[in-house]
Amino acid sequence: MRTKSPKIVSAALRLPKCPTGIQGLDEITDGGLPRGRPTLVCGGAGCGKTLFAAEFLVRGAVEFSEPGVFMSFEETGSELKSNVLSLGFDLAGLVRRKQIVLEYVYVERSEIQETGEYDLEGLFVRLNHAIDSIGAKRVVLDTLEALFAGLPNEAILRSELRRLFRWLKEKGVTAVITAERGREQLTRHGLEEYVSDCVILLDHRVNDQIATRHLRVVKYRGAMHSTNEFPFLIGDSGISVLPITSLGLNYEVSNERISTGIPRLDTMFGGRGFFRGSSILLTGTAGTGKTITASCFAQAAALRGERVLFFAFEESPHQITRNMGSIGLDLDPLVKRGLMRFHASRPTLYGLEMHLATMFKEIVAFKPAVVVVDPITSLLAAGTDAETKGMVTRLMDYLKGAGITTMFTSLTHGGQSLEHSEIAMSSLMDTWLLLQDFEGNGERNRVLYVLKSRGMSHSNQVREFLISDGGIDLVDAYIGPSGVLTGASRVAQAARERAEALIDNQEAARRKRELERKRSTLERQIAELRSEHESEETELERMDEQVGTQTRVLTAERTELARLRHADSETVKDRAPSKLKRGRAR
Amino acid sequence: MKTNAVRRTEAASRRRSAKLWQLRLYVAGQTPKSLAAFSNLKQICESHLNGRYSIEVIDLIEQPQLSRGDQILAVPTLVRKLPEPVRKIIGDLSDTNRVLVGLDLRAAD
Repeated sequence: MRTKSPKIVSAALRLPKCPTGIQGLDEITDGGLPRGRPTLVCGGAGCGKTLFAAEFLVRGAVEFSEPGVFMSFEETGSELKSNVLSLGFDLAGLVRRKQIVLEYVYVERSEIQETGEYDLEGLFVRLNHAIDSIGAKRVVLDTLEALFAGLPNEAILRSELRRLFRWLKEKGVTAVITAERGREQLTRHGLEEYVSDCVILLDHRVNDQIATRHLRVVKYRGAMHSTNEFPFLIGDSGISVLPITSLGLNYEVSNERISTGIPRLDTMFGGRGFFRGSSILLTGTAGTGKTITASCFAQAAALRGERVLFFAFEESPHQITRNMGSIGLDLDPLVKRGLMRFHASRPTLYGLEMHLATMFKEIVAFKPAVVVVDPITSLLAAGTDAETKGMVTRLMDYLKGAGITTMFTSLTHGGQSLEHSEIAMSSLMDTWLLLQDFEGNGERNRVLYVLKSRGMSHSNQVREFLISDGGIDLVDAYIGPSGVLTGASRVAQAARERAEALIDNQEAARRKRELERKRSTLERQIAELRSEHESEETELERMDEQVGTQTRVLTAERTELARLRHADSETVKDRAPSKLKRGRAR
Repeated sequence: MKTNAVRRTEAASRRRSAKLWQLRLYVAGQTPKSLAAFSNLKQICESHLNGRYSIEVIDLIEQPQLSRGDQILAVPTLVRKLPEPVRKIIGDLSDTNRVLVGLDLRAAD
């Protein structure tokens, strides 16, 4: 990257680079090809060597105003012009404006008779003349190996080639030399022996019937470079190596939260939904409602006035809008208003890189705030696991760098562990939602839960996922001793619980009544006892009174008797009551 | 019936006598190789074409643009412009036999 940073001093000390202008290549090579030195580009037939070379020259002339010489040993000027025209390079125009010189060198062994000593000064003179005529800074030799077929004396040829490369360096031009891939060495005739500064290997492989081109910087003397093999593709604007520019992990993040489109799901994320610019993975088996969830999210975004780009790899746009219409998600007006765009293509239509490039192009053109990829697993059909992962990484890298919120849906197949079967990309995702089928009681029900969500608190609960005419809704699943219950059994369980509660209530009321009854009985008994006691008391009093009256009567009678008998002692008065006492004690 | 070889010799001698030979020698500077090529050529022409030839020497250092027309890669290169077809012989022309074959002055054995 050409940014102003403290590194700039060391960059100046390093080898001067010559930017190719080829998308992605300059990032891999940290600035381009070695300036003023030859670079060898080798590869098998049909892997894009000539195109690579042509693009190097054309971009040099157009973007960096460095004129170039294309010396072709295989294709004539007009062939070359028409070949690269299909990729959007106007070679003929550049030749007219004297920014590029096409030199077609014709070598035919049968027309050449060799007699004695010679050298290739003629070639040097031609090249020199071509370079000087336009002040070229870049040279392409495509492909020098034709000379091996044309000239019988290999010893002379080799020494002359050595001289040629030395001469090119002295001339100070940045050269690209193409060569055919050899069986045991990089090139068929060992050209790498002479070109030792930079060697780039192009390769065209077929994996599971899908062809992918790869580029690798085998050698880059005196400079840092990426040694990995990078997929590249030839699109309608030339070569792009890794259509994504950045490979770093240094994107800006946003604290803004955006709605998931499903209110209850927002609640599961602390009531505020996803982070803007995060990547969301939605996993589920067939028919769990992935597309619907994604559509809800897309619709919510579009209704907020954000642009949404929907990549559909399984259904046609019309089918999606029709199906979503059936559950009350009306996407058509959003499409018409230009807030939503569908891009549908068959995964097997072309290779992964082409998909990536197409998606990249669509994203650049539409500038969406939200991207939905439905489903990402379909792309597995277009490449191997590792390639798909690489592609997803690059896509995500780009999307995150651009601050675009992305939802990937992913189809898992029954029987596999849901958490495991992702194309190893779950670790790349910020939020992971899992949609699952629950089978039981003769029905299938959908449940949803949040497997992870970086940087926010989120619910750990399983929610039942209901799809109705009015969209989707999440309800609490019943979790009881017999596990998670959903659907009819959840409803049945709830009814059962209500019935049980009713019975409990009735029982409690009954007991209360019983208690009440007991208490009133008790109180009645108490009252009875009390009245019994009271009656006894009254009787006692009455008896006391009776006794008192009798005593008085007796005393009076005795006194009367004593008076009659003329008793002289007072003791009679005293004795009488004690006698009476004795009687009572008895 | 004449043999093929005899017929070809007759045809060759007819052409030789009928037409002027136009030869062009491309060199790059006054190098020993180019000097040798020129003297070798002169010698061959004198002994085989006595007077029915013209030699044009082109120094590519002075006229580099001319290398394109005849598709010159190696120097020295001798081009037989006439009689047709055009023939190219590269090297310092030290192998007289091969020069004669290349110029179609002698049939290849």
